Amino acid sequence: MLEHKLLTERIDRINPLSIDDYLQAGGYEMLKKAIGMERIAIIEEIEKSKLRGRGGAAFPAHIKLMGIAKEEETVRYVVCNADEGEPGNFKDRYLMEHDPHQMIEGMVIAAYATRATKGYIYLRGEYDTAHSILSWTLDEARKHNYLGENILGSGFDFDIEIRSGAGSYVCGEEFALIESIEGKPGRTRVKPPFPTQVGLYGKPTLINNVETFSNFPHILRMGGEAFADIGTDSSSGTKLVSLSGNVANPGVYEVPFGVPIRDVIEKLGGGTADGRKIKMVQLGGASGPIIPEYMLDLTIDFDRFENFDSKTGAGAIIVMDERVDVFDVLKRIGEFFEHESCGKCTPCREGNLQLLKLVERFVERRASEKDLLNIETLSRVMHQTSLCGLGQSAPTAIFSTLQYFRDHYIDVIEHPQS
Amino acid sequence: MPNIKINGKPLTVEEGTTILEAAKANNIKIPTLCYYPDLDIKSDCRVCSVEIVGQKGLKTACSEPVWDGMEIRTNSPRVLNARKVLTELILANHDANCTACEKNMNCELQTLANTLGIDENRFENVLEERPLDTANPSITRNPNRCIKCGRCVDVCKNVQGIHVLDNMGRSNEMEITPAYGKYLSDQECTFCGQCSSVCPVASITEKDKSDEVWEALHDEDKHVIVQVAPAVRVSLGEEMGARPGAIVTEKMVSALRSLGFDRVFDTDFTADLTILEEGHELLERVKEGGTLPMFTSCCPGWISFAEQQYPELLDNLSTCKSPQQMFGSLAKTYYAKKEDIDPEKLHVVSVMPCTAKKYEASREEMRVDGENPDVDTVLTTRELGKMVRQMGIDFDELEPSSFDDPFGITSGAAAIFGASGGVMEAALRTVSEVVNEEPLKQLDFEDVRGLEGIKEAEVELGGNTVRVAVAHSLSNARKLAEEVKQGDSPYAFIEIMACPGGCIGGGGQPYNTTNATRQERIDATYRVDSRMEIRQSHKNPVITTLYEEYLEAPLGERSHKLLHTHYQKRN
Ligand SMILES: Cc1cc2nc3c(=O)[nH]c(=O)nc-3n(C[C@H](O)[C@H](O)[C@H](O)COP(=O)(O)O)c2cc1C
Ligand code: SF4
Ligand code: SF4
Ligand code: SF4
Ligand code: SF4
Repeated sequence: MLEHKLLTERIDRINPLSIDDYLQAGGYEMLKKAIGMERIAIIEEIEKSKLRGRGGAAFPAHIKLMGIAKEEETVRYVVCNADEGEPGNFKDRYLMEHDPHQMIEGMVIAAYATRATKGYIYLRGEYDTAHSILSWTLDEARKHNYLGENILGSGFDFDIEIRSGAGSYVCGEEFALIESIEGKPGRTRVKPPFPTQVGLYGKPTLINNVETFSNFPHILRMGGEAFADIGTDSSSGTKLVSLSGNVANPGVYEVPFGVPIRDVIEKLGGGTADGRKIKMVQLGGASGPIIPEYMLDLTIDFDRFENFDSKTGAGAIIVMDERVDVFDVLKRIGEFFEHESCGKCTPCREGNLQLLKLVERFVERRASEKDLLNIETLSRVMHQTSLCGLGQSAPTAIFSTLQYFRDHYIDVIEHPQS
Repeated sequence: MPNIKINGKPLTVEEGTTILEAAKANNIKIPTLCYYPDLDIKSDCRVCSVEIVGQKGLKTACSEPVWDGMEIRTNSPRVLNARKVLTELILANHDANCTACEKNMNCELQTLANTLGIDENRFENVLEERPLDTANPSITRNPNRCIKCGRCVDVCKNVQGIHVLDNMGRSNEMEITPAYGKYLSDQECTFCGQCSSVCPVASITEKDKSDEVWEALHDEDKHVIVQVAPAVRVSLGEEMGARPGAIVTEKMVSALRSLGFDRVFDTDFTADLTILEEGHELLERVKEGGTLPMFTSCCPGWISFAEQQYPELLDNLSTCKSPQQMFGSLAKTYYAKKEDIDPEKLHVVSVMPCTAKKYEASREEMRVDGENPDVDTVLTTRELGKMVRQMGIDFDELEPSSFDDPFGITSGAAAIFGASGGVMEAALRTVSEVVNEEPLKQLDFEDVRGLEGIKEAEVELGGNTVRVAVAHSLSNARKLAEEVKQGDSPYAFIEIMACPGGCIGGGGQPYNTTNATRQERIDATYRVDSRMEIRQSHKNPVITTLYEEYLEAPLGERSHKLLHTHYQKRN
């Protein structure tokens, strides 16, 4: 079985707007269970599950939970990162539109475990449908006292508010997101301190992705160890993949970690839509690596992604066929980052424009050896010195093509347009 | 205490310090651009990037705390290459025309490029030229030279609490500009110029008036006189290469003579005069039940702030003009008459630690007979330094000389005007004696001295205990103004200086002013005072003569006309 439906199991069986459907399918039982547990035991269960963040950075979930639980400050926040601004990703939206209570239940469990007092969902501005569904869902949860004061008689108070995103990609970065909720322009802050120490309004804050929170009820249900058995050693559980580009059946698929990328494209996606040959695939989104067809037997695994020094492995797979020119793709990516940089730090503010100019020289087939050298050097410096993940990962696609499509670069240099 | 290694050298450093601090404490130089002592850590320029052994990325030394066992490389090939690339990126979006730039040879970006050995830029220049912002009477902004370090935003927003400057836009179109509007002059700028003193490049500078002064000096028809503010004598030395806090009064006077000024006078003289006028005003307000607390009015940065943000408090401001303006109006009346000079041919220059004084001199009310400005041209300490260099004067080798009469005899009370708390102390030295009708036993009022943001003191005046307060920097000023506005200020008299530390930390003072250099200049200020023969303003014999010969009495009719002013709501 290629697919492993854990988070998407109820989808199509329940009406997302019906809390009764969710309850009948076992919903909010795990919140009840959590409330009967020692707080530390909940975090320990997450630790046993080896769950890693699904928003891109793959950070172990329990470390953040524990970090906040240890803080002395009594005002704490839980924030769900539903900004999903990375091109090629749409799995968070899928979860929110089709099984919204699952994520809410996960957030309340996390809030209970960390004694958080208030929650926010930072929702991508364009997600209107998800917005209406979530508003309705929060109301329903409140009516049933899964949210609000004295939740299920436990003495624990917690409520969630939706905040609409400011429409820029960088606002998905955790500190930019915090600034944005605080009503300021979306620009990151210097770390340390980290959000778990000094986050929203200066208070300890847990920020996790939609998919990460959605996993929490399943971990409590199955037990951490059983959850850890799914997937691979380094990456436990399942991954929602947003499959797009030239594929017959684009969409969201849930697979266990360890599945070859080729299987996802061919068996689930049905190969390319028009039968053309695949040339390359971009993994993760605009900030991810581009790999050639012959590498598609690579498995979906956080550590594999890290080989490319790429942190934002949110699970997108973008398929490109033989007609697509590498430099055209790089140019589009370059334009994206040049537009989305917040402008705060030198390497990203100035570097993205310079990188784009260098890529354009390759697109127009007027590049020299020196341009190749400069593109490599600049990419490396941007990656190593940028303040936040945006600038650090902006050159990932270039890195990977310099490695796997180097002959394309050389060809331009040796055969310039006359 | 953590044990670390920097470039292989084992060091034991303070717990909780950053790599930059640890390196500095051990004389290891790490270059910086956006970092500025006493301001927030911004970590934007990334130039202080260093390598931590075992980590893939680089870390910025300004923001990264040290931990036990940390091994740092500040000059590995990877680090040096990254710094070079970063600096070239900055230069590729910069109007790098160094030889035609006021910061040439005194520019942090230029120095950085030089240290890194940049002789060619691998990147294409992408600068999109933007218009200069020159309408502000004190400050000029050249956006084409801005490197987006954020220092000016930090001082304006956090130190001054004004928030005129901010980052607008994103990506490579991000600009540091006045919020909402396009030009500084359209905004609630107080002209304090603190932004210009922290700008590492020539993007925000004082509005340079040295050419206007050269022109006057070269004009045979003009009688050109100059006055020098108290704070300049403890800072000009620094501008000329001496240690912070060097006292250079007499060389400064000689330098001004060498530049060609017909007379060199001391603003300290009118500082003494201010104390007499302002002291009597305070006493009159107390006696007649006038508006209290009374605020000092010698700082035009503070006056602008009050006019823009606290119009309801304008009656609380002393009506006294600042010493600079009192000097100008006496020069064009009393002095001109005495020396038989046509006031139209008299050109009054002042050398100030201050950019706001340029604005002050341009105000409509600051004119004798409604036309002729009290003060014609205002220079900052930095501009004077520049002129001295232009003349090829070897400052160190100058023979000392003294200020000219009649505005050259001054007191220690006037000398301390330059330090925060100085005007208050000077006033108390006079007011206490006038009210209590017996000599003051203790002339030093230590409570109002120093760098603490808000200082308080209690004094006995005619059997009553009176509370006074002193604030410096406008964010501290706001706290006291807010109290007065709410009606719960416990004070009778409040001194406010817009710049941190007072005028010794003014926006026109030598670059690289930090709290440490401020303290040196403050110490020097009190040294000047302690060495003076006369240390109270009312004991200055020339002031007595001036009242006898011309002004008659403090707050008299002539004083009123020449030495006092009025305020109005602005913006
Ligand atoms: C430029 C940038 C954009 C990001 N956008 C998102 C996003 O849209 N959604 C998300 O969950 N995480 C995003 N992240 C990652 C977050 O910073 C953060 O690591 C994540 O929300 C943590 O949640 P997780 O541990 O559950 O993955 C982004 C990071 C960067 C640098
Ligand atoms: S890396 Fe880019 S997006 Fe991130 S802080 Fe720097 S300029 Fe802003
Ligand atoms: S600001 Fe500095 S680097 Fe720029 S032109 Fe002036 S001296 Fe040169
Ligand atoms: S104007 Fe000067 S201080 Fe302000 S950001 Fe630009 S370079 Fe920095
Ligand atoms: S404190 Fe002094 S230097 Fe600063 S604005 Fe006021 S008068 Fe000028």
